[in-house]
Amino acid sequence: MLKIENLDMRFGGVVACNNFNGEIGNGQIVGLIGPNGAGKTTIFNVVTGVYKPTAGRILFSPNGSEQHQLTGLSPDRIAKLGVCRTFQNIRLFGELSVLENVFIGNHLRVKSDVFSTVLRLPHYVTEEKRLYEKSLYLLEKIGLQDTRDEKASSLPYGMQRRLEIARALATDPKLLLLDEPAAGMNPQETKELIQFIREIKQEFGLTIFLIEHHMDVIMEISEKIYVLDHGVLIAEGNPSEIQRNERVVEAYLGVG
Amino acid sequence: MREKSKTHVTLIILVLTILGLFLANRYLDAYKIRIINLSGIYVTLGLSMNLINGMTGMFSLGHAGFMAIGAYTVGILTMPVSMKQMNFFMQPIVPFLANVEWGFLPALLAAGLIAALFGVLIGAPVLRLTDDYLAIATLGFAEIIRVVFTNTQSLTNGALGLKGIPNYTNTWWSWGVALVTMWFISFLMKGTYGKAFLAIREDEVAARAMGINLFKHKVMSFSFGCFFAGVAGGLMAALLGTIDPNMFRITLTFNILLIVVLGGLGKIGGTVIAAVVVTVMMEALRFLDESIDLGLVQIKGIPGMRMVVFSIILIFVVIVREKGFLKRTKGRELTYVKN
Amino acid sequence: MGDVSIFLQHLTNGISLGSLYALIAIGYTMVYGILRLINFAHGDIFMLGVYLTFYGVIYTPLPWWLVFILAPLLTGFIGILLEKVAYKPLRGSARITILISAIGASFLLQNLGIVIFGGRPRAFPVPQLLNHVIKLGGVSINVVTFIIPAVSILLLIGLTYFTTKTKTGLAMRALSKDYETASLMGIDINRIISITFFMGSFLAAIGGILWGSRYPQLMPLMGAMPGLKSFIAAVVGGIGNITGAVIGGFILGLGEIMLVAFLPRLSGYRDAFAFVLLIIILLVKPSGLMGNKVTEKV
Repeated sequence: MLKIENLDMRFGGVVACNNFNGEIGNGQIVGLIGPNGAGKTTIFNVVTGVYKPTAGRILFSPNGSEQHQLTGLSPDRIAKLGVCRTFQNIRLFGELSVLENVFIGNHLRVKSDVFSTVLRLPHYVTEEKRLYEKSLYLLEKIGLQDTRDEKASSLPYGMQRRLEIARALATDPKLLLLDEPAAGMNPQETKELIQFIREIKQEFGLTIFLIEHHMDVIMEISEKIYVLDHGVLIAEGNPSEIQRNERVVEAYLGVG
Repeated sequence: MREKSKTHVTLIILVLTILGLFLANRYLDAYKIRIINLSGIYVTLGLSMNLINGMTGMFSLGHAGFMAIGAYTVGILTMPVSMKQMNFFMQPIVPFLANVEWGFLPALLAAGLIAALFGVLIGAPVLRLTDDYLAIATLGFAEIIRVVFTNTQSLTNGALGLKGIPNYTNTWWSWGVALVTMWFISFLMKGTYGKAFLAIREDEVAARAMGINLFKHKVMSFSFGCFFAGVAGGLMAALLGTIDPNMFRITLTFNILLIVVLGGLGKIGGTVIAAVVVTVMMEALRFLDESIDLGLVQIKGIPGMRMVVFSIILIFVVIVREKGFLKRTKGRELTYVKN
Repeated sequence: MGDVSIFLQHLTNGISLGSLYALIAIGYTMVYGILRLINFAHGDIFMLGVYLTFYGVIYTPLPWWLVFILAPLLTGFIGILLEKVAYKPLRGSARITILISAIGASFLLQNLGIVIFGGRPRAFPVPQLLNHVIKLGGVSINVVTFIIPAVSILLLIGLTYFTTKTKTGLAMRALSKDYETASLMGIDINRIISITFFMGSFLAAIGGILWGSRYPQLMPLMGAMPGLKSFIAAVVGGIGNITGAVIGGFILGLGEIMLVAFLPRLSGYRDAFAFVLLIIILLVKPSGLMGNKVTEKV
């Protein structure tokens, strides 16, 4: 699904990511962990086209047969190819309603041109109706159907995180990048989130790449984990391997 | 159900507008009719600027320039051939325009389309800029258009301007166009493209991550705004009968900005009301600038006082609104250079 | 020989106009550096400076040189007041909001100018000392053409000393580099911002006095065009960067004078030159000649 090769990202003199290599297979859930400032979000930003990497390349093959080079593409092109994300510091369209937020996620798949939307030609009205139904379905999925008309920024924190996921799902992604989806959640909510991620993965045939600080989430859900420290990959493997890895323990305890 | 009641409200407003215009034309004097015309034109202007600035979150100060394009298009295209010869006595008009004399509707459409075309040409390079840079670049373009119009003697008659443009604009035209603009923009904003504009206003990074092509959508919104600015400029030319480049200074843009801010960024109904209120107030407060003779007492006006009042209103509204219910904390983000 | 002397004449004119743009541009760039705000009213502060000087010289018994010092100081305080009234309540708001307030402030000052000073143009009282022509070789040049760059250079040296050597100046630079960190380090932001506005307005007023000595016609709207052009100079040089503002000022001043001198057919387009330059710079190097690229945090 996704292959990252020799990825380098520098900002001026600061090395945010140094020679990172990674691969995510179809239908996998892969975790990315590391202490604060390790460069995790930078990798997400490079994959989704927010930053252009200093060196290296990223290959994306949504269905096995075709392969796209993501490096150098703009974020919207990448989203169209089927890579969507959530943000660590929640970036909802705050003044808009919950339903509108999800509805906007559909826009990139809209086939009608702008004039048929203004004239409300029958083919557009049909399309719009379908998209609203889909958006409502996604809201139901995350349990926010009752708040559909509320302003997104007025929602509690946990709901905002779920709304971001629903918005991303509306773009029909193949690969979903979740940046700390459990941040600020209590154990009960975290448990529900794990269940929810598994569910959507199943239902929408997703591959998931996630950053998380809650170790219990990562260890329970991931098939493979990459560990970053100061921009360098220090370990990779399945959860039990990572838990036993000395370098990982050191990095987290701040020794060495 | 909700959809239906909305349609009813729209129909009622439409009927009331038509009835109001009908009565106004019958019973009001020319001066009041003129204010009604100006209100309609400012509704179009306010909405078109709000589409760009309020709904898409770009900050354009180029409206006067696009109005100038529209006004000159209508002026040149509709002016009778003999009138053109009288106007262009310094230097004859370019041959391909010398013998044209179009009807008002095609001329208005041409005004909008040419303004929109310039919108695309100008927007394509500068819409990548954000907030203040975009503001200053569009302001710059409006100035350039004005300077160019002052210097292209054989096309625009230069600083002399155009006189004797046929007075086609009446209340049906000015408010007809205003209604069309209202309809266009509200339907646009109802559909997915409009929602995408809102998304861009709310958060460009997130909008791109959702697959919205910023450039395409910004140019789209900008050129729609320019289209209506051009049409409104054309209406203005056919209302006043006389235009010159100096009419289209930044003061004009400032008036429209005032309407947009008073009406609320992104609000259609508010803009319509604000356009009417500001236009009427501009006239009502004229006494501040001019002396009035009340028979026994003479009140001496102070030139410039009117705009002082409006500037204070603008600052006041912005501050009160910000302190009140519009809480956003995007102020210090360094968003002015895109990688 | 004749060609050379004409060229020299244009060159001195260009340098002199360039220094004026530079002096005004510094105010824009300093404020932008700290608040990320285009102080649209800066050009009108410049206008106020000229008018205050005018009234000081004509209506007070003070000697002209004292007025030339006092008026800029007073203008500086008006700058502080402007920030407190129109910008401070909006600190932390969306940038569009502050920009609208800035435009409102600009219109307010312009129209207050019309109300208080009257719409008719006035003649600036240029002191005799500044206003005589000397002949150098074949070139006759007004003394003020030399005084403008000389005063500007002195002020620039002073400003450079201030921003690099004094504690306040260093705090100012820290604030423009990293607002959040600097504000956590116990820097009194309000004080620094006030000082910034004071200095920017002071320099604009000096620029205004020199401008008046060179082009002695006063109008309430006289600040708009020089203001816009100086802002462009600041952007061309790289906004937030004082050296850049000076360089931008000179490019603009020289460019304008040379355009009129050597392409007289285009002289009607003089006012468009700055804007064309602006748009080219924004497209080619949006951060300006001396500016640093800023990458957005996500």
